[in-house]
Amino acid sequence: MQILKIEDLQGIKERVALVLQKEKYRAKINFHMGTCGIAAGAKKLNALVLKKMDENGIQDIKVIHSGCAGLCSREPMVTIESPGLPPVKYCDLNEEKIGEIFDRHILNGEIVDSYALAIEDGGEAFPFEKVPKLQDIPFFKHQILWALRNRGLIDTEDIDESIAREAYFGLAKVLTSMTPESVIEDVKTSGLRGRGGAGFPTGLKWEEGRRYSSSPKYVICNGDEGDPGAFMDRSLLESDPHAVLEGMIICGYAIDAHQGYVYVRAEYPLAIQRLNMAIEKARNYGLLGENILGSGFDFDIGIYPGAGAFVCGESTALMYSLEGKRGMPRIKPPRSTEAGLWGQPTVLNNVESFANIPAIIRNGGKWFASIGTKGSKGTKVFALAGMVKNVGLVEVPMGTTLRTIVYDIGGGIHDKREFKAVQIGGPSGACLPAPLLDTEVDFDSLDAAGAMMGSGGLVVMDDSTCMVDTARFFTDFSVDESCGKCVPCRVGMKVMLNILNRIVEGKGETEDIERLERLGHHIKESSHCGLGKTAPNPVLSTIRYFREEYEAHIQEKRCPALVCVDLVQFRVDSEKCKMCGLCKKACPTEAITWEKKTPAAINLEKCIRCRSCIQACKFKAIE
Amino acid sequence: MRWAEPIKKDEWEKIDQVIAKYKGKHGALIPVLKETQDICGYLPKNVQHRIAGGLHLSSSQIYGVVSFYAFFTTVPRGKHIIRVCLGTACYVKGSKQILDNLQRELNVEVGGITRDRKYSLEAVRCLGCCSLAPAIVVDADTHALVDPSEAIRIVRLYE
Repeated sequence: MQILKIEDLQGIKERVALVLQKEKYRAKINFHMGTCGIAAGAKKLNALVLKKMDENGIQDIKVIHSGCAGLCSREPMVTIESPGLPPVKYCDLNEEKIGEIFDRHILNGEIVDSYALAIEDGGEAFPFEKVPKLQDIPFFKHQILWALRNRGLIDTEDIDESIAREAYFGLAKVLTSMTPESVIEDVKTSGLRGRGGAGFPTGLKWEEGRRYSSSPKYVICNGDEGDPGAFMDRSLLESDPHAVLEGMIICGYAIDAHQGYVYVRAEYPLAIQRLNMAIEKARNYGLLGENILGSGFDFDIGIYPGAGAFVCGESTALMYSLEGKRGMPRIKPPRSTEAGLWGQPTVLNNVESFANIPAIIRNGGKWFASIGTKGSKGTKVFALAGMVKNVGLVEVPMGTTLRTIVYDIGGGIHDKREFKAVQIGGPSGACLPAPLLDTEVDFDSLDAAGAMMGSGGLVVMDDSTCMVDTARFFTDFSVDESCGKCVPCRVGMKVMLNILNRIVEGKGETEDIERLERLGHHIKESSHCGLGKTAPNPVLSTIRYFREEYEAHIQEKRCPALVCVDLVQFRVDSEKCKMCGLCKKACPTEAITWEKKTPAAINLEKCIRCRSCIQACKFKAIE
Repeated sequence: MRWAEPIKKDEWEKIDQVIAKYKGKHGALIPVLKETQDICGYLPKNVQHRIAGGLHLSSSQIYGVVSFYAFFTTVPRGKHIIRVCLGTACYVKGSKQILDNLQRELNVEVGGITRDRKYSLEAVRCLGCCSLAPAIVVDADTHALVDPSEAIRIVRLYE
């Protein structure tokens, strides 16, 4: 255990930069081990490389484990650095490929260009034509990495690597040369707005937190990322936990708090594990605890795993949960900055908000405000998922259009399908149709489109998705997760769900659309907390933009996307049938009869309406 | 089959140790419930009463918290826990069908346990690995890009 002084940070940075040269490593293999990489099989590859090193009697290879590199759909990935060669990122790996890369790249010093995705940043000095540079690949070209600046670059278990990328340099600057007031001033200048979705100006929140003199005060980091389809906070905590810790300590200094808590979803065990390790290492270095960096300032952080409740993402509910109670939001005021955890002044920010703080302090608020739109500054991280080619984590300047994100970064829609909608903001957000793809992502323009920024989940849907069913899905979610405290949300959402269930079962009535709209507006206006105020958004937005689908369900008793099984006939259109037999193979109950050169037919008595044949058919011949 | 049996003596002792560890601490209830559930697999009524007595809280308070959070269960769990992700990305890629298929094949409701007590089937709201949609988790293993008709085969690997 070595307690650091401020001047030691620079020394660590220089030492780590030279480690490959000085310690004469032959290569450094960086396995990208986020939850995504591990599920794709990264651990197996890691074990294989260690075995190969053992077999060949090689010890001079540095193996590190970093977080997700962003392009999750191409996992497992590794980045290999070796003297004399540019750093290369390999993707879509399996055991065979990693074995070949080990033999050719590491042992023989040649780049295996057929498996390489790109030459990493820092490879400019090595002219190599066969593999593109990372910044030339469309997925990466449009991104600006501020909050995610360390993604996939640092060993999450080695605090020195973080320090080499200037972790805790912002803290050092704060402790040596800034007053709490000037820290708050800088954050205000930056124009940073809460990245959890609501967009409250972070600087103002801190100012309020400082104003109340009651002691003790608390800092809470909200990592209860409950939106289905969002994984920004998970990835950030897994790949760069120290940035979040540093942001929290700086906040503590600014508002005069000495204790912080990180509330993380229980569904994210890896994030909790890495955060625990990061806290322990930071404590050992004297970056957390008493007398931080010899400055006399004390601050400590504890982790609190959630217990599975979406509503706990709401700040007052989260604090009740931390107190060991049911997580039910309360009426504001008083705001949490006045009376939060245990009734004491508390500043709560989202993971991504805290991760932005160190860079704002290092580079100044003006730097952060230099990109973005009038009302939304800086960058925003989005989790891009669904029916796009490139699935992953993207960070773009505020004001980027949805079209850029879906088509340039996401690579557009999978094979012969058509774009239908992009869902933004999870159960609080909306489904936006193709004509709105030129909407800029910032808090205000999304609000105007009837959506909201939300925490940053972007799920792309194609023509195989039914919008009524999607609305039903989100309403079901909100009914499930409503805390039950206020009537509009508890009862109103249930009634909306009943109507939607009726529609997808083919029992919809003409007046149902109007009923849903009226009820939705009432719930929005009269609910108590953010969950209820936004829960009708998925229904209202799909009615607004996809009204014809509701009408098809209600009037024609037809589901255009063939998702709502009660409205699908399960009949083969013999004109469209190309007699390929794929549906027969897919059918689990042998309900389909087919022989070569005759169209398939479905025996409805055996059919269990599982839709396997619809998914298997490439010619949309089943209706 | 252990989960059908009453709580054993050594389990009671462990539960009491957990209570003693957190007694008098602020916000202890949820960590106590978590650790207790790790010990006996679920939180039946008598265990809830024991915790209430130990932490000087009312039993209704304990039940209020247990029933509020999805993480806690008052029914025994199977030997293997299957969790099907119903996050948005998985949903649009067909996880509903995985769930339907597993319900049919295992003859079990969501939230229930199979008759041989081998499997619990649960639906979860987003595991945060949307790039691998549709995903299911069996015990601690995440299975990515699951074909709905293959799901049962994956599950049967867990004996």
